[in-house]
Amino acid sequence: MKRVFGQIFGVVLLAGLFSHAALAQTADPTAAANAYVNAPHNWQMWFPEAGSPMQEKIDWLMKYVLWIMAGIVAFVGGLMVYVMLRFNARANKTPALFTHNTLVEVIWIVIPTLLLAVIIVPSISLIYYEADDSNPYMTIDAVGHQWYWEYKYESTPGLDYTSYMIPDDKLQPGDIRRLTVDHPIVVPVGKKIKFNISSTDVLHGFYLPSLGVQRYAIPGTVVTSWTIIPKVGTYYGECNQICGVNHDAMPIEIKAVSMDDYLAWVKVAQANYVMNSFAPNLLSSPMPVNQFADLAVVK
Amino acid sequence: MSSTTHDDHNTHAAHDAHGEHGHAKPSFVRRWLMSTNHKDIGTLYITSAVIGGCVGGILSMIMRAQLMYPHNHIVSSGTEWNAIITAHGLIMIFWMVMPALIGGFGNWFVPMMIGAPDMAFPRLNNMSFWFLVMGFIFVMLGLLIGDGTGAGWTIYPPLDNAKFSPGIATDFSLFSLHLAGISSLLGAINFIATILNMRAPGMTMHKMPLFCWAILVTAFLLLLAIPVLAGAVTMLIMDRNFGTSFFEPSGGGDPVLFQHLFWFFGHPEVYIMILPAFGIISHVVSTFSKKPVFGYLGMAYAMVIIGFVGFVVWAHHMFISGISTDSRIYFEVATLVIAVPTGIKIFSWIATMWGGSIEFKTPMLWAIGFIFLFVIGGATGVVLANAGLDQELHNDYFLIAHFHYVLSLGAVFAIFAGFYYWIGKMSGHPYPEFWGKVHFWTTFVGVNLTFFPQHFLGLAGMPRRYPDYPDAFAGWNFVSSVGAMISGASTAVFFYILYRIFTSKEKLADNYWGEGATTLEWAVPSPAPHHTFEDVPVIQ
Repeated sequence: MKRVFGQIFGVVLLAGLFSHAALAQTADPTAAANAYVNAPHNWQMWFPEAGSPMQEKIDWLMKYVLWIMAGIVAFVGGLMVYVMLRFNARANKTPALFTHNTLVEVIWIVIPTLLLAVIIVPSISLIYYEADDSNPYMTIDAVGHQWYWEYKYESTPGLDYTSYMIPDDKLQPGDIRRLTVDHPIVVPVGKKIKFNISSTDVLHGFYLPSLGVQRYAIPGTVVTSWTIIPKVGTYYGECNQICGVNHDAMPIEIKAVSMDDYLAWVKVAQANYVMNSFAPNLLSSPMPVNQFADLAVVK
Repeated sequence: MSSTTHDDHNTHAAHDAHGEHGHAKPSFVRRWLMSTNHKDIGTLYITSAVIGGCVGGILSMIMRAQLMYPHNHIVSSGTEWNAIITAHGLIMIFWMVMPALIGGFGNWFVPMMIGAPDMAFPRLNNMSFWFLVMGFIFVMLGLLIGDGTGAGWTIYPPLDNAKFSPGIATDFSLFSLHLAGISSLLGAINFIATILNMRAPGMTMHKMPLFCWAILVTAFLLLLAIPVLAGAVTMLIMDRNFGTSFFEPSGGGDPVLFQHLFWFFGHPEVYIMILPAFGIISHVVSTFSKKPVFGYLGMAYAMVIIGFVGFVVWAHHMFISGISTDSRIYFEVATLVIAVPTGIKIFSWIATMWGGSIEFKTPMLWAIGFIFLFVIGGATGVVLANAGLDQELHNDYFLIAHFHYVLSLGAVFAIFAGFYYWIGKMSGHPYPEFWGKVHFWTTFVGVNLTFFPQHFLGLAGMPRRYPDYPDAFAGWNFVSSVGAMISGASTAVFFYILYRIFTSKEKLADNYWGEGATTLEWAVPSPAPHHTFEDVPVIQ
């Protein structure tokens, strides 16, 4: 697992060096985020490395609940193996005929109930933690469209841009197929970011596994969530509610950068992104043609 | 449970004896197309479940073939992919699991187990079967016409409204739910009337076999849940075709309202699929342990409690749909409560085996497999019930793994347990024991290899309903697809077993499982005669 991580890391580093000449011209203020890439890796068996305090808490509770559950599965499995060995027809020729035992019946009601209580207490505190989106440093509206995301920075008037997946045939070295987008969300590290999630057409899912954020994007209503990213880096997410033919082709990419880099990026972005004045990175093969419907939206 | 006396079954043992009662041997058309006999209708249901299972299974093989490698082109477009996943879900639920467990085994064995001559409303029974067939035709039209229905089996609007899913295919799929719903509703009414009114003298509710309890609770769940689905589907059809805006934000409607209505049906639906399975497992475990069921009343009322609580937990499917914090807490706690009665059932099955003299015949292998794999599926269910964790796991492959463990490895294992347990009673011929075990072990290895790695994919963050995925998910997807191929191959073993059963010349005794099998169906000949109880059996 370490080795795979290393490889990804190496590729990313190389790509960073490779594109440095280009960056020098455009002076990409988010370049620092390429140093740490939190993306899934092959044969991964657990959550992504926690990119936010929320994900750390989810990771902890998951381990806590899963260990209790593993204990129950092992206990039941052990009982079954014992019963199969001890009470098979060869080992036990005459079956007993008891059908009741009040004591064990009470025990197997009381103990599971206690275990549930043990699970519910930390679980509820996590729900309250996840729900607390008060006092954000900044708010980003994430709006799902068929099949791209639109990000609107409420604190920066006019900063409103769309984010398309890089299609398979336009991938650059260092891009991750089906995860890298043309215009990622950029946020400052260590600040509380609130997401106002909604949609203009069908349901979408705003899903950031490494940050522990997930909400449906529902037309006609705004659903909120939030995150804090303590570490400079690039984080990924995906649409996670079926939204039509290109459901698998509208990933989310977030770059967390230092406050200075963020402010620099805002300046560049304001110049470039004003009311979607750039050409969208349209999907190409093998996706179907419906994507061109979006051309009309982007002026 | 009850012991049975059935002293004169020889009088109607002869299969052709029913000719004397004013029935000529019916023609093929009369027997199978106009059937009012609960056994023939049960056979029709099981046959349709086999067909539904094959269609749904072929769809899942296509899906796993597509997902075997990233950037694969087995499925040519997202449209086609979405049509396939939608049809797979709908068919497996409404035209495979439900017809097999409720229509099939329920029709065959509920009247026999309670000592009734037939179902309460035989013609209604026939009608409910043919509604199901019509529904199947409609759902297939929904798959095959035009672009197909591509909103997933949960048919959430706005994706399936007239704007985003134009074309008649979606209407066919929606209407197929109406037809399947009417079928289930009529069946449920029939089961309730039969079980409440037609038990043999002496068979009180508390002596009734657990399978009948399971079907009774299931029938009540259907009776209460299906009308809600029918309402939601009707509103969707109105939105699509008649310009209403129940779920249309621009007209003041609310897409989340549909989710509430759908899951008010959808969550009881999962218990509709698993409660009859619980019933079958109780009988199989008791028979092959040669012991009566442990804690009979606890087992029966655990199902009643599961059914009741199952109605008040629906929004745990909607933890990330923007429901309020307090709602999330309530639905989490209510959901977790279900673990307690479910635990009673699991432990009671083990206690039934405890002290028994267990024979590992094929049905028992499926039953033991069911219990263990259902515990795994239940454990991940407890994980998912935590709203805080569901924020991470919702709609990813961890969820897919969870519900396939309780359905594909739970309900389906119980279907096969019931099949091997009762096929001798239904056909009069034994199944080949060796091949039954081959079928079990190939399926066991195949489905676990398919679904266990999906837990890892989910934890790594792979969303469901993706025809193509980032390359990092390639490894476990490949393993999962290999497992699916093994499960697919095990189906061939099942068809070989069917062939062996129907070409077998061997005849079976009335009670071919011996002392452990105590319910009334073992007191009638194998195969069960066309009319089972012309003399009412008396239960002591």
